[in-house]
Amino acid sequence: MSAARQLSLEVNGKRHNLQLDIRTTLLDALREHADLPGTKKGCDQGQCGACTVHVDGERVLSCLTLAAQVEGRQVTTIEGLQTADGVMHAVQTAFIEHDAFQCGYCTPGQIMSAIACIREGHAGTDDDIREYMSGNICRCGAYPHIVAAVRDAASRLKTERAL
Amino acid sequence: MRPFDYLRAQDTAAAIAEAGKPETKFLAGGITLLDLMKLNVERPARVVDITRLSGLDTIEVSADVIRIGALAKMSKVADHAGVREAAPVLSESLWRAASAQLRNMASIGGNLMQRTRCTYFRDPGAYSNCNKRNPGSGCAAIEGINRNHAVLGTSDACIAIYPGDFAVSLVAFDADVLVRGTVARRIPIDEFYLLPGQTPHLEHPLSPGEMIVGIEIPRSAALKRSHYLKVRDRASYEFAAASAAVGIEMEADGRTIRDVRIAVGGVATKPWRLRAVEASLKGKTLDESTLRAAAAAAVEGAKSSGHNAFKIALVPKVVARALMTVGDIS
Repeated sequence: MSAARQLSLEVNGKRHNLQLDIRTTLLDALREHADLPGTKKGCDQGQCGACTVHVDGERVLSCLTLAAQVEGRQVTTIEGLQTADGVMHAVQTAFIEHDAFQCGYCTPGQIMSAIACIREGHAGTDDDIREYMSGNICRCGAYPHIVAAVRDAASRLKTERAL
Repeated sequence: MRPFDYLRAQDTAAAIAEAGKPETKFLAGGITLLDLMKLNVERPARVVDITRLSGLDTIEVSADVIRIGALAKMSKVADHAGVREAAPVLSESLWRAASAQLRNMASIGGNLMQRTRCTYFRDPGAYSNCNKRNPGSGCAAIEGINRNHAVLGTSDACIAIYPGDFAVSLVAFDADVLVRGTVARRIPIDEFYLLPGQTPHLEHPLSPGEMIVGIEIPRSAALKRSHYLKVRDRASYEFAAASAAVGIEMEADGRTIRDVRIAVGGVATKPWRLRAVEASLKGKTLDESTLRAAAAAAVEGAKSSGHNAFKIALVPKVVARALMTVGDIS
């Protein structure tokens, strides 16, 4: 075993002081040590997108990130989207309204990715959404509904910003 | 995963000094390194995290060159307005690679060091024989499932493909890799990738402790009129079945080719420049039949291992289509 190291991670605005083997990925740190199992482990090889989280506001894969690498950075997971009074993020609402999942395992990653996709300005057309959401695999094949949800959320967020 | 010591480098000099020690690897985006560490292909004793080094993530487009820092993220370079204007092929080869998440993580320096996706190389548990992993142990791919293996630049020791996209465009446009160790030096990108020959475990001419600090691409008219065509098994988030980085410059008459650059990816053991095809096109009139005739020579010397024969048929079509796109021939 590598020596355990004291790491301080900031996740969803809350500080977690964790004693971790240096080999621990951000994904395992979240799920196994920070009591945040919303982020899912699919392939654990950077090929499926189920483990997508935001680091300093950008979408990344937590399975190919060492927990040590995000010290001093802001991590956001699916658990951090809801407001304090329980209001869901517009993308979460859109996924429910459009039935954009079947088994739901890839959904947290899809939602984290979709929020970034919209913020990056890559949700203007269905082709754009398909291209810039391609890093999130859905084995149930809910893709048409996922595209619809992202498109709808993008236009709602645009309207909200305009108001 | 083998246990390792993790160090966070405070400056470039310290990182280089640390990396000169045995069994040490630089960690940037982690895409290749952590993936291969999980698979027990990479087994460093020490990992030097260079992601917090300052001043290595800049992107500069000057009158003569484009200079990109080694720690610039793929997504930032792909989206950079100056790069897109001066060098469409660089932007296109980046955003057609990997996924949005991986492009946010992956650094340009790490991208150059991306290792092969050969399934036998990646699976030491099942296949002990891999000349890249264990020199002299043989090659499981040559007699194995080799649909995604190289047809150009191969040897009887290794047929593993260089899988990247960005380096293909760099090779087409004569980039230099800027390296710092005990001295600073620049390596022409074509020499930065070694042919497997009998030593497939040697992939780059880097010495221990040398660090990629950036790349420099000379600007040209052909670079401004350039394109990256990537053909693959699915529409996105997939390695190339065959790809072409091309650029063209026309004479004042608008019909005669003055300069043309072509390199192909997804088919060779290194990013593969097609100098003979380029030479055969210079001074010729730009039309479809000329392009198709010249592109036929793209696979000269190609060798099939069985399942990958389709690549030999595919490459000339990809080269011709990419050139027709930059040449505005529909």
